Amino acid sequence: MNKIILIIAGMTLVTYIPRLLPFFIVSSSKLPRKVSRFLKLIPYTALGALIIPGAFTAIPQMPLAAILGVGFAFIYSWLKGGIIIPVFGSVAMVLLLLIVK
Amino acid sequence: MDNQSYKDSQFRNGITSGIPIMIGYLPIAMAFGMLAKTTGISMLQSFMFSACVYAGASQFMALNMIAVGAGPGEIILATLLVNFRHFLMSASLAARIKADIKKYVPFIAFGNTDEVFSIISLKSEEPTKEFMLALELMAYASWVGGTVLGYFVGELLPPVIGDSMPIALYAMFIAILTPEVKKSIKAAALVLLSGALNTFLGYMNALPSGWNMIVAILISSTIGVYMFRKEDEVDE
Repeated sequence: MNKIILIIAGMTLVTYIPRLLPFFIVSSSKLPRKVSRFLKLIPYTALGALIIPGAFTAIPQMPLAAILGVGFAFIYSWLKGGIIIPVFGSVAMVLLLLIVK
Repeated sequence: MDNQSYKDSQFRNGITSGIPIMIGYLPIAMAFGMLAKTTGISMLQSFMFSACVYAGASQFMALNMIAVGAGPGEIILATLLVNFRHFLMSASLAARIKADIKKYVPFIAFGNTDEVFSIISLKSEEPTKEFMLALELMAYASWVGGTVLGYFVGELLPPVIGDSMPIALYAMFIAILTPEVKKSIKAAALVLLSGALNTFLGYMNALPSGWNMIVAILISSTIGVYMFRKEDEVDE
């Protein structure tokens, strides 16, 4: 078998199985309270680990641009909410900073 | 609202919520397609990477490892380590969905990326299958479509565009999270704790790639369970 196809097949399995398996283990009814609270906190802690420190090193050519970009996203969404404008705004800001650099 | 129009509105809602993911995925997927081409991967195989594996960071890592001559076993093991965080995210999502949508679980689970999970799980109302599947379809279509597009036209784009795009998904994560941390100082504390642990573990550089994040999530969520009394659940 072609090496690349083997890699793709293996990667597909080891990615899909961890995504699928919990749906057969965890069911929303009759979870112990502590487990249920633990699972409810995962969105916050996962986002914390996804954002920090990655967001600050996202633009290796110009770390300041990354800081200003995510700073804009944070301040705008704090004041006005929404997702599209923070996303476009931070991309535009980083793009501009990289162009004028 | 009758049942069918409720379903339609949930579906439309999922499409709309998918737009920021699309903005974030498209350029990154294009970069993947472009890089796959320069690594010597065929068009069909590049498509299969995105359509079957469907996991951004590990796809880039695989290209890197293929380029330096790593074997399939090494690449697959590294992928398992990097993508195992989704086990935690699927467990969290599984606790929120109703039993009657179980037959859609194979699709919902397949599409449960970091970005999809973030949007679904910080949505205040209970996620319906229409919402989740529409959201996942948007994300999947832009990832797979972007890969093919990047394979063919990627080199036509000025590099500065690709260089600035990595900020898009971080901006999206922040925009999803900000209203939550604004509501709850405890949510903010947990986010910072998890981020600090992840940073510290990255600095220590002792764990395999991908596990800093998993350990940070496990420790900070456990601390959260014991730190918060039942009357101040962060999700209420």
